[in-house]
Amino acid sequence: MAELVNLTIDGISVRVPKGTLVVDAAKSVGIDIPVFCYHPKLKPVGMCRMCLVDIGTPKIDPATRQVVRDEKGQPVIVFGPKLTTACTTPVSEGMVVRTATEQVRAAREDVLEFLLASHPLDCPICDKGGECPLQNLTMAHGPTVSRFDYDLKFHNDKHVPLGDLIFLDRERCIQCGRCVRFQSEIADDPVLQFHDRGRGMEIVTFSDPPFDSYFGGNTTDICPVGALTTADFRFKARPWELKTTPSLCTHCAVGCNLALNTRLETKTGGYEIKRVMPRQNEQVNEIWICDKGRYVHHFTRAEDRLHYPLIRQDGKLVETTWEQALRIAADRLERPSAILVGDRIANEDAFLIAQFAKAIGAALEQRPALPAHYADVARAVGIGSDADFKQLGAGDVILVVNGDVEEEAPVWFLRLRQAVVDRGAKLIVAHHRSTKMHRYAAAIHRYEVGQAAKWAASQRADWLQGARNVLIVFGDEHLDGSSARALAQTLANWLILGGFAGKPNSGLLPLYPHANTQGVFDMLEHATRPANETTDTLWLVGVGADEPAPRANFIIVQDILLTERAKRADLVLPALSFAEREGTFTSGDRRVQRFYRALPPLGEAKPDWWIVQEIARRFELPWRYEAPAQIFAAIAQQVPRYAELSYERISRVEPQWPPMGREDLYYGGTVYDNTGGLGARYAADAERSALSPYDVHVPEPTLAGLERTPRLLYRDGELIRRSAVLRAHIVAEPLTA
Amino acid sequence: MEAHHLLREKRTSEIEAILAKYPPERKRSAIMPLLYLAQEEYGYCSPEAMREVAEILDLDPTEVKSIVGFYTMFFEHPVGKYVIDVCDDLPCALRGADQFVSHCERKLGIRAGQTTPDGKFTLRTVMCIAACDRAPVIQVNRVYHYDMTEEAFDRLVDALANENGTGEAPNEQKQGLDVL
Amino acid sequence: MGGYYGSKNKTMEQHVLLRDVDVPNIREIDVYLAHDGYAAWRKALTTMKPDDVIAVVKDSGLRGRGGAGFPTGVKWGFIPKDVFPRYVVVNGDESEAGTFKDHQIIDGNPHQLIEGILLTCYAVQANVAYVYLRGEFYEPAKTLQRAIDEAYARGFVGKNVLGSGFDVDIHIHLGAGAYICGEETALLSSLEGQLGQPRLRPPFPAVQGLYAKPTVINNVETLANVPPIVLHGAQWYRQFGTEKSPGTKIFCVSGRVKRPGNYELPLGKYTIRELIEMAGGTIDNRPVKGVLPAGSSAPILPASALDTKLDYESLQAAGSILGSASFVILDDTVNIVWAARKMVRFFKHESCGKCTPCREGTYWGLRLYDKILSGHGTREDIDMIAEVASQMSGKCFCLLGEFATSPMLSTIKHFREEYEAFIAAHQGGRRNGYDDELIREGVIDEAGNLIVGHVGQKTAHHL
Ligand SMILES: Cc1cc2nc3c(=O)[nH]c(=O)nc-3n(C[C@H](O)[C@H](O)[C@H](O)COP(=O)(O)O)c2cc1C
Ligand code: SF4
Ligand code: FES
Repeated sequence: MAELVNLTIDGISVRVPKGTLVVDAAKSVGIDIPVFCYHPKLKPVGMCRMCLVDIGTPKIDPATRQVVRDEKGQPVIVFGPKLTTACTTPVSEGMVVRTATEQVRAAREDVLEFLLASHPLDCPICDKGGECPLQNLTMAHGPTVSRFDYDLKFHNDKHVPLGDLIFLDRERCIQCGRCVRFQSEIADDPVLQFHDRGRGMEIVTFSDPPFDSYFGGNTTDICPVGALTTADFRFKARPWELKTTPSLCTHCAVGCNLALNTRLETKTGGYEIKRVMPRQNEQVNEIWICDKGRYVHHFTRAEDRLHYPLIRQDGKLVETTWEQALRIAADRLERPSAILVGDRIANEDAFLIAQFAKAIGAALEQRPALPAHYADVARAVGIGSDADFKQLGAGDVILVVNGDVEEEAPVWFLRLRQAVVDRGAKLIVAHHRSTKMHRYAAAIHRYEVGQAAKWAASQRADWLQGARNVLIVFGDEHLDGSSARALAQTLANWLILGGFAGKPNSGLLPLYPHANTQGVFDMLEHATRPANETTDTLWLVGVGADEPAPRANFIIVQDILLTERAKRADLVLPALSFAEREGTFTSGDRRVQRFYRALPPLGEAKPDWWIVQEIARRFELPWRYEAPAQIFAAIAQQVPRYAELSYERISRVEPQWPPMGREDLYYGGTVYDNTGGLGARYAADAERSALSPYDVHVPEPTLAGLERTPRLLYRDGELIRRSAVLRAHIVAEPLTA
Repeated sequence: MEAHHLLREKRTSEIEAILAKYPPERKRSAIMPLLYLAQEEYGYCSPEAMREVAEILDLDPTEVKSIVGFYTMFFEHPVGKYVIDVCDDLPCALRGADQFVSHCERKLGIRAGQTTPDGKFTLRTVMCIAACDRAPVIQVNRVYHYDMTEEAFDRLVDALANENGTGEAPNEQKQGLDVL
Repeated sequence: MGGYYGSKNKTMEQHVLLRDVDVPNIREIDVYLAHDGYAAWRKALTTMKPDDVIAVVKDSGLRGRGGAGFPTGVKWGFIPKDVFPRYVVVNGDESEAGTFKDHQIIDGNPHQLIEGILLTCYAVQANVAYVYLRGEFYEPAKTLQRAIDEAYARGFVGKNVLGSGFDVDIHIHLGAGAYICGEETALLSSLEGQLGQPRLRPPFPAVQGLYAKPTVINNVETLANVPPIVLHGAQWYRQFGTEKSPGTKIFCVSGRVKRPGNYELPLGKYTIRELIEMAGGTIDNRPVKGVLPAGSSAPILPASALDTKLDYESLQAAGSILGSASFVILDDTVNIVWAARKMVRFFKHESCGKCTPCREGTYWGLRLYDKILSGHGTREDIDMIAEVASQMSGKCFCLLGEFATSPMLSTIKHFREEYEAFIAAHQGGRRNGYDDELIREGVIDEAGNLIVGHVGQKTAHHL
């Protein structure tokens, strides 16, 4: 427990951990000291001078080193001649802070007047208007009129593209440097910098490509004015017209919490996602998301979304009714069948599919198939249910094996990098190629492509000795199933034998392909049965176009889009996207989280669970679920690891630090506010009982996996292709090893 | 992006000498000395020059651009062969610097901040250059000329203008930085 | 070697710092050696412990000559024990308008500076010193580099100096045109290859300076004092100057005097008036209008303050500061509005842009002066200038912003009638003697109209 310090702020006694900054101490008791350059996620710089307050400290007698007291026994407090920046001053024992004096009020007015004097008057057309810290703080603390002469005002360039994703309005910029610091301190991609100096100081990029950072969109969120805007959202809507719905990102195993901003479009007559913003979850993504999560959402309103069931007639797909479609599906599934399930569908969907497959004796497989070879190991020796990335630091070892954290789980890259760079965790990287993580590694191991398991088996792993915690992040790049399993087991054994299994901040962290790889595995586990040549009917539920599938006489494709795969199907069942329904995902670190309905349904498309249930009913399975919540209750009853979970539990929200959203005037818009729940991790097996080491069979590596491209963030796919802003970023060529 | 090696090919030993001044893990310190070197080789801090410096120091080119943008002695645009800096700050101005600058502008036929069409001279006004007792004072390619008069300026410019392509100019005009 | 720069004003029997005035060619190592050169260095290495060197400098009462006047020995004492490596950084940025003393030391007496650096390194047990010189000191840098090379060749610098077992290296680092890099934390950032912007204090450089290591940073003139102090002792040094301002100091005199130049004098002995007399009096013997004792940064003193003694305390009592002792003399021919604008323009040009009050305040301050000087001003603009200055004051990140308020506030305070008279006499954009300057700077067009709405007007003059 950190040492606590006592101080008073505007007469209120405050007790906060040593090292807390005055601005945060004040916020903890509801006193908002206005800031622009300060952001609790960035190192303080004290540039904007907005947070000036009056700070006094107890007078110390130089001879005795004791606090001097007045006749009433109260400490004598000495105030400096000048005001002090609350954002750079750490609290100290007995400190007295005054934020409401006339001097402080005048200073705020002075600084704001300076900022506004050079700021353009284009709030009515500014994207930030309505959720702008500069506007908010001007209302709260600003002068009523400016004394400066408009003719002498400084003008600067507007609509400056910093790349194809972000635009800069140099006139609106208040030189707070938040964007520059985010790119340097958090993303470690210093492609934004200040140029020139004094009043000429402005944001530039001179990189190649220019401002094209995986995390660039976050700068538009933390920019306290409308200087930085995304090509995707600028001039598309005013913030106050937007409805905010808590959601989750579906693209990788991190499980970033999102807020979907939607608006009714008169032109198209329906709701649309206007933008995707991060939703604060300090346990998951803090307040960051990657650009893929931010910009890929356009598939939800893609032209080729499926609205109605389609049936092949005379070689062509034609619309049909659900009644008809469900009957045909049920009829065909009477024959020897196989069901392939993608890992972006919700737990509720997967659970019903598994029950159904078991009931009718159909084959059942998960796609992509590779993670199913090791997901049980990752789960057994996974990080503790109370693990906290923020606590990783000095004394801890982070091992990254055969994975590219930045590409496969971008926000974990941010979190792990901070544990290493800012807090002193030791990073060891093993891979057959270089990744960005290599920059921070204390030690680097290399092996031939596909040889990760063999390499691991040859290690004595003595680098784990003496570590406080050991976190092992691993990927399946260029591995086949048995190698991937052998790798996971070897790594798990290191943890088990080293005594780290079951410790909260130790464990395995798998780099799964999608948001619900673990959840789908958990639901399917005991119903899985491999498909074989006898398959007559193949039912593909949300399976990617490039996934291998067995041959069959009749193919049912259930999807949200008319994909290449759907175009070749005999029957197409239209599903709702994550934005149009609710459900849960289980992240790579086993956090079960809810997403909510943000958009109305599209045509007659239905949630996957509904479609499965309707087909099952035709097999006289007695299901009458009306909402995912009911299905989840069944999951909690029938899937032992989920027993302790419920919608009520995972929807719970506790106050988070730093406080963002809600009434907050300056860290960001209300979208950060987490109203949807923080989710909960189910326990790793190692937390429940001691595990014995795995018997590892290390196969001779096959080169079968070699054709597979590394899982790059901007790899080609059905969804990313439908996002105009990202299309140019799609990586055409696979990385060579 | 095409790689640029002008510095690394032509100034190898100087680059090494510069880098040797700073701890190896702090080689970013060499950015300003390398920019001076780059400015000599490329004529100014051209995009290629900045990218090469970034490569040498393992920096993002934007970080180099930022440094170039901050300091007035790094040129982001092509400049004349001779950059003439005239101090017109208060102490010099108290001794006639403003009138002197006007004379320089007339003599060169350009305004301060411009380069002569033949690419020979760039004229700039600068803040105090620490020689106020010898005003008016100028620097030509960083070499001081004290106690300037209009006649002395004309003589200097004529001499530099007439020098016939040898690149050698009177008064040590040629840059030669060693490893400073 | 670059051309020698220096004024030969003999103000003392034997100069302590400007020894080039007494001894021709003392910048050559053999001449320097023939005149007690490196004797202090030998003495320290053979007879003194590092702490003894700190003690004698502390006893001498030497105060920093870079502007702030902080006791040098005390500063050295702040270096934390047991943290290595440590660095010595020499501040040779000398960019305050009207200051040219370090220039003469480097050009005229470089070995004394080098010896001072070596003694400092020894005192604080640093093995590396960086001399940060302003970029315009390209020629002085060559002179200094040659002197350093000579000192290496003679074994005064380098490995195992004079057989003492002590290693020390000296490197020169050139700036590139930024006044703010004279501010010590901005200097360190610049030396680290970052933007030359000041950084937060604490931590102070003595604790976490260059590369986050303990660092002593001193001005060129400060360090040039160290060899004579070590050689002759604190008492000897205290024969010059006053109790609180011991020693000699170089006074840079410029502006409207007959013999501008450097004048080394004991602190507290003479008055401003006497200094002006030494400099030959004013041109045409015109009456003095005002004096800037520390360039643009110090509040102007009116003629009534001419009898102020030349030391830290007296100048402060008179309402200004001694700073780097760069005395810019204004006589009655000088238009105070024009002079104030020059100074505000300087700060606008040199503001690093980091903090709001300085970045915006220097911009608006200059724009108001532009308006007045171009004949478009009103009496309200005078108040507005004062408002801008007080709006900045006490709120800036570093002292540059604070300095920038001095020319505005102090000239209005002492010469308000002159502002008013100027505004009255130049109504409606009437052409006046400043057309050429103002057109050059893009303030007015050829017709005398104020140019409004600057688009992307940059601060630094980038080409
Ligand atoms: C804006 C500003 C500019 C400064 N410029 C210089 C300078 O050019 N040279 C210098 O020695 N000190 C300068 N200083 C003072 C330094 O910050 C620092 O106090 C000095 O280097 C300490 O050395 P000293 O104790 O030997 O004086 C400046 C300070 C400020 C605030
Ligand atoms: S663009 Fe925004 S975040 Fe960046 S400096 Fe300007 S105001 Fe700050
Ligand atoms: S004012 Fe010109 S050199 Fe100082």
